[in-house]
Amino acid sequence: MNFILDYFEKIGFYILYLINELGSLTIYIWNCILSLFRYSINMDNLFDQMVFIGVDSFFIIGLTGLFVGMVLSLQSYYAAKIVGVTYMIGPTVALSMTRELGPVLTALMITARCGSSMASEIGTMKISEQIDALEVMSVDPYYFLSMPRIIASMIMLPILSIISSLIGILGGYVVYKFFLGLNGTVFVDMIYKYMKLSDIYNGLIKAVVFGIILATISTYKGYEASGGSKGVGRVTTQAVVLSSIYILFADYILTSILF
Amino acid sequence: MIILENIDKSFKGVKVLDNLNISFEDKKITVVIGRSGEGKSVMLKHIVGLIKPDSGRVLFNDIDLNTINKKELNELRKKFGMVFQDGALFDSINIFENIAFPLRQHLKLSEGDIIKKVMSGLNDVGLSGIESKMPSELSGGMRKRVAVARAMILEPEIVLFDEPTTGLDPIMSDVINNLIISTQKHLKYTGIIISHSIEGAYKTADIIAMLYKGAIIETGNAEKFKKSDNPVVKQFVTGSMVGPIVI
Ligand SMILES: Nc1ncnc2c1ncn2[C@@H]1O[C@H](COP(=O)(O)OP(=O)(O)OP(=O)(O)O)[C@@H](O)[C@H]1O
Ligand SMILES: [Mg+2]
Repeated sequence: MNFILDYFEKIGFYILYLINELGSLTIYIWNCILSLFRYSINMDNLFDQMVFIGVDSFFIIGLTGLFVGMVLSLQSYYAAKIVGVTYMIGPTVALSMTRELGPVLTALMITARCGSSMASEIGTMKISEQIDALEVMSVDPYYFLSMPRIIASMIMLPILSIISSLIGILGGYVVYKFFLGLNGTVFVDMIYKYMKLSDIYNGLIKAVVFGIILATISTYKGYEASGGSKGVGRVTTQAVVLSSIYILFADYILTSILF
Repeated sequence: MIILENIDKSFKGVKVLDNLNISFEDKKITVVIGRSGEGKSVMLKHIVGLIKPDSGRVLFNDIDLNTINKKELNELRKKFGMVFQDGALFDSINIFENIAFPLRQHLKLSEGDIIKKVMSGLNDVGLSGIESKMPSELSGGMRKRVAVARAMILEPEIVLFDEPTTGLDPIMSDVINNLIISTQKHLKYTGIIISHSIEGAYKTADIIAMLYKGAIIETGNAEKFKKSDNPVVKQFVTGSMVGPIVI
């Protein structure tokens, strides 16, 4: 009997924890937005973060896109061959990349690469009283640390996502034409025929939302750090896991709304 | 005038400050002494609103810190400089940028003026020539001195020092104590210093206060402390193991 009660108690605690967490996150977002109106944006930090999130990530994002595009082309070949529709491989690769894999994979890679470092950087500043020092110097941490990261992420994610999709389609094309030995013109023509402009910009809307999600959660988690290096490690893990879950969740919601 | 009034503060059920009352006079140096772990740093953080009291009030020139909004608090904090116990230097930027940070945030100075001010600040704490080093490359005592330079760079009205001389050699301690005294004479700031060192307190303080068991048990000038009848104060001042303070 007792273990059943224990079980319900645990669920209860977890629900309370979730509600509490959601509440603090809402307050956090509210404070970030307020800082925008009170102090505008810290341009130096915004620029640094755009370089860190965007420029420094080009290579890894390009690589991810390339391999995913190549695999997509190869995989869909096996299926398409059976029913004799290999001319559909081009649109399959292009639509998957622009609508889905470009934004999602980019977001997950950037979460791993930049979200983790946002959380650990802010977390370390928190436990070593650097955040306190900022506050005593009347420099709002939301203005100085959070907003530049969130906005940089919001701006750079769509750009990275486009690059990832483009390189992915290119990779798909290479596999299609050179490894599978099929007619490259068909690949391109069919993409033109089946892809709409809305596929591209809906993918971009996704990327913007993912960018906001990953940077907001990662910075928020940073401020929650307490109690030494273990605390920083803990919030970093949480930041990556939570951001990823929220990104996938938002992906489902957005897909059902946008397409 | 800064007044802490009936401050209570507990962490996880453990009472750290217990009905603490103290006032800090304008343009004077008050040194708060007390044993390690008594709550001195916690008290200091109350003054700038980094920690909120469970009950009681923090008054700054009759303004209750609890009744003002964030923007007003930020305006008020501009009057303060603070040296954290562990320095709290920004570890991602070098020493020069650390000291220049408050200048860049709050004043519109030319780069030349910033360089001039930072260099003279570094010189005052005996650290010329280290401006391009990173905080992680400095010793604990050097970091502490950089923190002192950073706290004073805006020539604030009130400076809070959390153990500015702990971890420094006796000569450097004296340099910092003298720096505090001379800049105070010159800038006329209100100084609040946390210290373990009774000798340093005698030297720098206009008023000494002793924190014990979460409350202030004695305040007065150095003479009063030397002659105090309070056995707790006596034991602390003489640094003896024997006495009412149980270890
Ligand atoms: N954020 C916090 N969370 C939990 N407990 C805390 C926190 N800050 C301080 N304390 C507790 O409050 C007490 C007083 O701490 P404080 O840092 O003020 O001591 P102190 O007088 O400055 O000591 P020292 O001279 O060693 O610096 C300690 O027992 C400490 O454990
Ligand atoms: Mg302390």
